[in-house]
Amino acid sequence: MAFDEVKTEGFKQVGTRPRRPDGVDKVTGRAKFGADAYAPGMLHAAIVRSPHAHARILSIDTSRAKALKGVKAVVTRADFAEGLTGDDWDVLENVMAGDKALYDGHAVAAVAATSALIARDAAKLIEVEYEVLAHVTDVDAAMADGAPVIRDGAADSSVPAGLHPNVVRYHESGHGDVHAGFGEADLVIEESFRTEAAHQGYIEPHACLAQLGPDGKGELWCCTQGHFHVQKLCAKMLGMEASNLRVTASEIGGGFGGKTTVFIEPVALALSRKTSRPVKLVMSRSEVFRATGPTSSTSMDVKIGMKKDGTITACQGVFRLQGGAFPGAPMEFTAMCAFAPYDVKNVHQIGYDVMTNRPKQAAYRAPGSPMAAFATESVLDMLCNQLGLDPLDVRLKNAAKEGSKASYGPRYERIGLVETLEAAREHAHYSAPLGSDQGRGVSCGFWFNHGGETSVTLALSEDGTAALSVGTPDIGGSRASMCLMAAEELGIPYDNVRTTIADTATLGYNEVSHGSRVTYASGLATIRAARDAVQKLCARAAAKWGIDEDAVIWEDGCAKPSGPNAGEFDPLPIAEITAEMGSTGGPIVGHFEATPEGAGVSFATHIVDAEVDKETGATKVVRYTVVQDAGKAIHPTYVEGQYQGGAAQGIGWALNEEYIYGDDGRLQNAVFLDYRIPVASDLPMIDTVIVEVPNPGHPYGVRGVGETSICPPLAAIANAVSNAAGVRMRHLPMSPPRILKALDGD
Amino acid sequence: MVTVNLWSGLRSHVDGRDSVEIEANNVGEVLRGLVRAYPQLEPVIAAGVSVAVDGRIYAQGLTQPVAPDSEVFLLQRIKGG
Repeated sequence: MAFDEVKTEGFKQVGTRPRRPDGVDKVTGRAKFGADAYAPGMLHAAIVRSPHAHARILSIDTSRAKALKGVKAVVTRADFAEGLTGDDWDVLENVMAGDKALYDGHAVAAVAATSALIARDAAKLIEVEYEVLAHVTDVDAAMADGAPVIRDGAADSSVPAGLHPNVVRYHESGHGDVHAGFGEADLVIEESFRTEAAHQGYIEPHACLAQLGPDGKGELWCCTQGHFHVQKLCAKMLGMEASNLRVTASEIGGGFGGKTTVFIEPVALALSRKTSRPVKLVMSRSEVFRATGPTSSTSMDVKIGMKKDGTITACQGVFRLQGGAFPGAPMEFTAMCAFAPYDVKNVHQIGYDVMTNRPKQAAYRAPGSPMAAFATESVLDMLCNQLGLDPLDVRLKNAAKEGSKASYGPRYERIGLVETLEAAREHAHYSAPLGSDQGRGVSCGFWFNHGGETSVTLALSEDGTAALSVGTPDIGGSRASMCLMAAEELGIPYDNVRTTIADTATLGYNEVSHGSRVTYASGLATIRAARDAVQKLCARAAAKWGIDEDAVIWEDGCAKPSGPNAGEFDPLPIAEITAEMGSTGGPIVGHFEATPEGAGVSFATHIVDAEVDKETGATKVVRYTVVQDAGKAIHPTYVEGQYQGGAAQGIGWALNEEYIYGDDGRLQNAVFLDYRIPVASDLPMIDTVIVEVPNPGHPYGVRGVGETSICPPLAAIANAVSNAAGVRMRHLPMSPPRILKALDGD
Repeated sequence: MVTVNLWSGLRSHVDGRDSVEIEANNVGEVLRGLVRAYPQLEPVIAAGVSVAVDGRIYAQGLTQPVAPDSEVFLLQRIKGG
């Protein structure tokens, strides 16, 4: 197998469903998550948080806390580096407030003590004097004249003159002439939509153990989607050199984008530096809700024109996203994804990034795209209903294909939207009869996917087994997929490969596990590292046989002579080559370090049946089918799991999950009892169909699958519920009170 | 010369145009050329952009070749969750 050869068929291991290598550890409780870290002599930390949505910090008196027996140190913003700018300053300001508390739950101080109980008691003794300021938590209110200004001067150069200072970034894109396009339409519908902020809802709260000594060298264990990024950020915030901080990623109990930054890690390090002792810091669930990133809430206007035959003539959207008290709401992705599934000649999209007094938003699975699909696909459903057209036929008629000009600009490479639509139309679900009070909804969804900096090593042992080290935390079963790909290339059993998530001192920089990049990028790196090792194995065999390296091929885990002049030699198994590698040239290790850039966009089509109780407003999803293009499913069970997970989280976001703020700007539902995520009894069995249209940018054709699966659900469920209720739902979540209100015509 | 298509929010930085011509052989030269010709684009590019070349999106590949007939689009930096 040549280093760059592409293989899309004839797999022996890829595409099978072996048991996950971390499964036994997880079901027996042996797996070590963030809060399982322990060090002799460690202290416990607690954080003091603002009870106000917006307040100037006049003074912080730590004297009573420091006097409490067992308290070893207190830190405030003064204990962190100065002079940071841009995004780095934003992250630090979010980790520990400076002059102002910007949202309910914003950290203002932290304490380390000999027990968690003493630390919590001490936190209550820290006296913070506030000057309470006017606040705003709603995206539209924050853009209106007279709204309190969160931070004057935060806007970048993209923002047109005349907008409120809380509008900090602006995006505009498109092509064609939308006015002419609307003129060609037989029906034009324009509607406004809103979605509320939803949390990623990972089961494991943020947790870390930090050790930073007087020599300036530190260790950090934490649950994160990207320990190299944590290293970089923490080093900046502590004013230290990155290589002096070694970061190890624990097992992770879910991330979904929410663990791609830091919240508590720099605080634990600062406390450790002050005490010269290890410091452990674990968030409560309430802290997770109040002070880590949910996704943005939105206010959106979408206008689409359509001919009687279903041809879309023009699309226009305005997307306003609030991202909390900092710039960064992913409005450009909302805008760019909104019409991406369709080949439309005239399209125009605008995005606004708006600051409010809420926690800094964090990425959540395909950030910005699910909300866009909700607005766009709802209007498409209304057009199909009014024109009497089949919703899948219309989507197929307008579907983007290879060579279509994307709504965000370039032409698509090979993509698989049409294949997902055809598979959905042929699925038994689509023609199944509906019961009373039930409705069916469909939606397409789109996400870009991402590559990113990636570094992998594959070391062979004397017995011919392989130790693969990757730097991307396993947030979705990626170790199983890595083992499969390495085993496929080496021709050895799956169980003979062990994949480890290596720490920051072991590998070159690895970008965060985000952008659905791990199976794509670390997978590509694993394949290339294995091919590198195979080349070295073939070279050793060639040397042993006294023939040219080019005359040796690798098949089924053995070196074999190949070609007319190679000679007659018995196949040389991997274990025979590695058994003597110490005396034939030294250890055999395959490497790959690069930034893969061919991630390949992906599409999905979902079908949902929902039942609405018109007396109570309660909704039940009774049938759900996900059809998505995976490019190539390395471990189909995990691909299906990603499809089902995206749908399940989408069901929660569409029906129940929302951040609810009181008039005082405080979060009202910061526990799972009041913030209702779906549990097993809320969900139907979610059927999955894996479509495989190979991505030309990966040696096996892999496309990322983790994010696209959450793009269609909000829209598909809203269409199903609207069709069941007989009234269009324009505001998510579609909680019982909102459904009753809509049924009342309010 | 390579034709670089810009998202329309950048029109105000490039005399109201949708696309500009830049002398470049790779993505890095495209970005440097844009800043040289239109210094107002410097903070935009410094904040992070992706470049699509013939449909493939490059978030970091400054050495990726571009040809005079390449379709080149400047996009906002692609990230994920």
